[in-house]
Amino acid sequence: MDFSHIFNSRKIGITALVAVLFSFLTLLAQANPETDTAKIAADTIHQEAAAGHEAAATETKDQPFDTGAFILHHIADAHDFHFWGEGEHSVGLPLPIILWTEKGLVTFMSSAFHHDDEGKHVVEANGQRFVKLHEKIYYASATPNEHGAYVEVNEKHEAKNAKPLDFSITKNVFSLLVSVTILLVVFIGVARGYKKRAGQSPKGFQSLIEPVILFVRDDIAKPNLGYKYEKYMPYLLSVFFFIWFNNLLGLVPFFPGGANVTGNIAVTMVLALCTFLITTFSGNKYYWKHIFMPPVPWWMYPVMVPVEIVGIFTKPIALMIRLFANITAGHILMLSLICLIFIFKNLAIAPIAVPFAVFISLIELLVAFIQAFIFTILSALFIGMAIEEHHDH
Amino acid sequence: MVGSIAAIGAGLAAIGAGLGIGRIGGSAMDGMARQPEAASKIQTAMLIAAAFVEAVALFAVVVALLGNNPQ
Repeated sequence: MDFSHIFNSRKIGITALVAVLFSFLTLLAQANPETDTAKIAADTIHQEAAAGHEAAATETKDQPFDTGAFILHHIADAHDFHFWGEGEHSVGLPLPIILWTEKGLVTFMSSAFHHDDEGKHVVEANGQRFVKLHEKIYYASATPNEHGAYVEVNEKHEAKNAKPLDFSITKNVFSLLVSVTILLVVFIGVARGYKKRAGQSPKGFQSLIEPVILFVRDDIAKPNLGYKYEKYMPYLLSVFFFIWFNNLLGLVPFFPGGANVTGNIAVTMVLALCTFLITTFSGNKYYWKHIFMPPVPWWMYPVMVPVEIVGIFTKPIALMIRLFANITAGHILMLSLICLIFIFKNLAIAPIAVPFAVFISLIELLVAFIQAFIFTILSALFIGMAIEEHHDH
Repeated sequence: MVGSIAAIGAGLAAIGAGLGIGRIGGSAMDGMARQPEAASKIQTAMLIAAAFVEAVALFAVVVALLGNNPQ
């Protein structure tokens, strides 16, 4: 049966749209009377003890779901790979904690903290005591504070304790190692294939990768770098596949994926730093002349030269923030759509929220590719500007 | 209060980026309709321009997130 004619009618389309909007309203209306009746019920109870009991019960039960904290916790780095469950009962992969302390190197597994992230569980290692508070490791205080945490806090609720240098294999580092291993296995195999079958047609996995490699060469490197493109191909291919692969791995919601690697500003900073170093060190005399002696009247120099110098640094900084913000925004968007169910406290939202989250996931597949492409093409553009031979002014 | 004002700022930035991306997309469509043979080149240029506009909106989101620390 072909039902497509239904969607071709404009009237039915508008009706469907209005129906979807109104279904939202009815859900809200359904949610409201419940809270109203609850309020009335609470008001009618006037006994002191009962009221006190009620207040305590509502405090634990009706505590507003803190969406912001939940989402930020999920996009942040962690010391163990969480699978499922809450608090004490959570199941996850413990990861090694590597600390450089005043007394040298200390290592132990993150399972030693027994899923504690409030600084309540003290781990003793190498004669020193550590606590974990909001995924940061501190030297433990001798006595617990009023909340039972072995840290001293200042008036802003930030821990004042000293921190050891943390070189732990965190969730992000673990994911990074996984993706780098996969990339190395794939690309060493593909490179061997090219060596073995030079000038012949590709075979096996090589055939799958070749169109993408040609895309990077023909659409990214050649138009921006000119005839000197070959020298920069290794960097462009590495950065393209690294970003693309990590973006895709970040979209997988379960074990080897799920870490927010390219949505971590430190990772994108290193990538942007690589572009910055390559641009700066391959800049020719025309590039530097354009910065320090721009083709403007001499009295404009006090304005133009600082602007051009700042421009050297803003370009990689924009690269860094663009990738970080795009991937982080994608993760936040998907998590907040799922969180809608918990905000409305109504399972009836799920049929709307889940398909919408799936739709956004599909858009994110496109974004994963586009951001890898944008980062690579802008890197190529910046390098191309630095190695350009002549200027037509 | 800080959080809500930051959200208004992010919303304003999104309006600007929406206008910008709309113009880029519309002009790219125009160009592709006039010259279908240049579609792939136009698409590449469109994506780069869109990324630049989008980046501004995302900078605003980052600022909104950084400013969102009610005490």
